[in-house]
Amino acid sequence: MINITIEDRNGEQQPVEVPEGISLSLMEVLKASDYNILATCGGMALCATCHVQVLKGLDDLPEAGNQEMDMLDILPDAGFDSRLACQIRITENLNGMIFRIRGDEH
Amino acid sequence: MRCHLIDTLPQIGGQLSEIYPQKPIYDIPGYPEIKAQELVERLIEQIAPFDPGFTLGERVESLEKQEDGSFIVGTNDGTTIHCQVVVIAGGLGCFEPRKPEIQGLLDFEGKGVEYMVKKPENFRDKRVVLAGGGDSALDWTIFLADIAERVTLIHRGDTFRGAPDSAEKVHELANNGKIDLILQSNLLSVNGNGSLKEVSFVGRDQVTRTIQTDYLIPLFGLSPKLGPIAGWGLNIDKSAILVDTFDYSTNVDRIYAIGDINTYPGKLKLILCGFHEAALMVQSAFKYVYPDQKLSFKYTTVYGVNAF
Repeated sequence: MINITIEDRNGEQQPVEVPEGISLSLMEVLKASDYNILATCGGMALCATCHVQVLKGLDDLPEAGNQEMDMLDILPDAGFDSRLACQIRITENLNGMIFRIRGDEH
Repeated sequence: MRCHLIDTLPQIGGQLSEIYPQKPIYDIPGYPEIKAQELVERLIEQIAPFDPGFTLGERVESLEKQEDGSFIVGTNDGTTIHCQVVVIAGGLGCFEPRKPEIQGLLDFEGKGVEYMVKKPENFRDKRVVLAGGGDSALDWTIFLADIAERVTLIHRGDTFRGAPDSAEKVHELANNGKIDLILQSNLLSVNGNGSLKEVSFVGRDQVTRTIQTDYLIPLFGLSPKLGPIAGWGLNIDKSAILVDTFDYSTNVDRIYAIGDINTYPGKLKLILCGFHEAALMVQSAFKYVYPDQKLSFKYTTVYGVNAF
């Protein structure tokens, strides 16, 4: 199991367990775990509605690609630790990481 | 049945044409791989015999129910269409400007806070603050530099990822003292007295600064919203319209919703599913369009295409 921690918009942190070897993005895991995120474009890094802040583990993530950087650039509330959850693949690397949900709500 | 399509976008095709025209799609039956725009073109070719009407670049604002049950659909440009049935295939909804969460912003909308530059002349000889780091922020900064009394661009980052030519031009304008460029800073609040007077922002040094201005134009891209659809009395769940999977009807008679805009138990946002939903929807809509006729189900392999 890959163990990550998700902080919702109320500041409440909950552990989320993800089976190893599944081919999913963090955005898909968040949706499957019933977190309230729009993720409108379905994972193409085109809408920036799955914005997360990486509270722990930022340096261990693969760097953001061009498309993701372009989208983050237009977000008014993005910071140095901002990423799009749809561009973060679930791997064992994510073990122990903490993410805060920031993207648009339904 | 005759069909008339109204879309706020300037072309037909929705997300496929607007957002990902060159992306290949691999799950359309009969096409092992097809680019989104190519699929749209094939669909346009396929519907041509049915001679649909199009109103493009206009947004539906109102639905007025008539005494006989029919609707008059009105757009923001004043176009009206009288129809027996309304089908909402609104996809993600309307893309509206993303608003930064800063104190007082909503109080000054239309009183100095604008989200787009509709008439550049409105800014002539005025003090204008733009915020954002994308292409539109760069482009409007360059454009308004010649019109406004003073242009200030506030950007969160220290570099621009937009078109390199535009970024270079903005730096050049700043170096020549034509505009004020404030980097590594975030908007904090807006203030005024009936109309906008000042904008405050905070830099990376955590120091808050305030500048006097007539206008603030935050340019932070677009975010999908339901828009006017939310006000039509439809049952909504998480920004999607709830439908009955028997015929994809909504809770309002004669209004259907198909595609990404609807939701129901087991919903999958797939183009394939949208086609299925449309097929069942039209079978149901027929009774409103031709109340005196009985609908008999026919195959194109037997009867061909029943064109207009």
